[in-house]
Amino acid sequence: MHTFTEAFSLALALILTGGSDLYQIVGLSLQVSLGATLVACALGLPLGALVAIARFRGRNLLLIVMNALMGLPPVVVGLLVYLQLSRSGPLGFLGLLYTPTAMVIAQTILITPIIAALSRQVLEDLHGEYAEQFRSLCLRPAQVMGALLWDGRHALLTVGLAGFGRAVAEVGAVMIVGGNIDHLTRVMTTAIALETSKGDLPLALALGLVLLGLALVINGAVQALRPAAQRPVHV
Amino acid sequence: MSELTAFRTQAKAASPALSPLLPLEVRGLRLGFGGAPVLDGLDLRLGASGCTMVMGPNGAGKSLLLKLLHGLMAPDAGSLSWNGSPPGQATVRQALVFQKPVLLRRSVIANMDFVVRARGVDPARRDHLLQEVGLAHKARQPARQLSGGEAQRLALARALLTDPEVLLLDEPTASLDPASVLVIERIVAAARDRGTRIIFVTHDIGQARRMADDVVFLHRGRVAEHSRASAFFPTPSSAAARDYLNGKIVV
Ligand SMILES: Nc1ncnc2c1ncn2[C@@H]1O[C@H](COP(=O)(O)OP(=O)(O)O)[C@@H](O)[C@H]1O
Ligand SMILES: [Mg+2]
Repeated sequence: MHTFTEAFSLALALILTGGSDLYQIVGLSLQVSLGATLVACALGLPLGALVAIARFRGRNLLLIVMNALMGLPPVVVGLLVYLQLSRSGPLGFLGLLYTPTAMVIAQTILITPIIAALSRQVLEDLHGEYAEQFRSLCLRPAQVMGALLWDGRHALLTVGLAGFGRAVAEVGAVMIVGGNIDHLTRVMTTAIALETSKGDLPLALALGLVLLGLALVINGAVQALRPAAQRPVHV
Repeated sequence: MSELTAFRTQAKAASPALSPLLPLEVRGLRLGFGGAPVLDGLDLRLGASGCTMVMGPNGAGKSLLLKLLHGLMAPDAGSLSWNGSPPGQATVRQALVFQKPVLLRRSVIANMDFVVRARGVDPARRDHLLQEVGLAHKARQPARQLSGGEAQRLALARALLTDPEVLLLDEPTASLDPASVLVIERIVAAARDRGTRIIFVTHDIGQARRMADDVVFLHRGRVAEHSRASAFFPTPSSAAARDYLNGKIVV
């Protein structure tokens, strides 16, 4: 066992040298979570835009469900995907369990509701401003959705980043469907959990610092991407 | 001007023969929001051509009337017919310039291109209109950073892209500098001379005198007076319009 300061300086050394396959783990984390974010955006943004402009019976119920799904527990998502992909499951023949693809699927399910619900809010506000003009122009719904998605692009980028942040930081889903296999499905969060339980605090701490740094970068990006008009004035 | 006339003839030739949108016939129009009705049995008949100025005190329902005419809202009661067509079917053949221009978060030219693509307009018409409203040199600027007058001129140019048969304008020159006011008046007058039916809401009595063929004065949810401009300004027939023209507060 190391003292905290020892562990901390060893962790810094790991980050600088990239030892213990640190950057392979970081790389896979980014790959899986970016992949999940892209798929979740491809599904969630059109869904958010559709719900933002459509008026139908049961819409309020759908909004409640969408908002509730934002808080899906990762382990539950992992379990559900596991049941589908395990050898005896309906999609077992695909042989995807314990692969990065399975991890992308699980994280996609986890964050698609987040992308859809947050973008719905953003796009509905925007639509409130544009709706009369669009109706005056006699646009088709697809044209309205396209215009909202394009004009909301800055805010939607922050929605995408929020989804990515949630995906890259979750541990339960990737642990269950990925299995934390060295060199294959080990990502930052599962490695931190494993190394901590093994007592290898420097590697756990090094990965934790990278994850923390990533969170800072994402938040910085969200701030920087806000359109100038929305930024607070500093005096 | 001649260039635009050419576009217009082209567009007209291309589209199947439609019956004209005018005359407009409004009967017993009623609209309220819980309390006393804003429009309370409004009747109005507008003929084939010219520029109708709509006036009336704040809150008289001028903006609501334009939205009803344009098919953006449904009345609580009453009938509204564009030469037999309901407003919803007439929307596509009209354009409305809103009191507060609604511009997309894009460049000036992209705001125009959006309508060019969505409605299948000849792009040459876009360039001509940008020139006419004096925004060609600002084509690449973000539309949201335009001054009030520039934004309103862009909204007008965009409205004219589809060569509407009826152009509805909701106080398009309120709080603009005199030069922008004149640009907008010149373009609207030119559109009228090419045969576009103009329905123009204003509080500016000088502007109404310059532009009007006839004046509709709204008061207490009805048309208090509908007169030729040559009669309205020297000898308004309703007490409310007389007070309004004399600068008295009319409620
Ligand atoms: N969506 C709405 N809900 C409630 N009241 C409204 C709404 N739109 C307009 N009104 C009311 O109707 C009246 C007429 O509005 P408007 O047509 O904008 O007047 P103006 O003649 O000044 O253009 C105002 O008193 C306004 O408050
Ligand atoms: Mg108004």
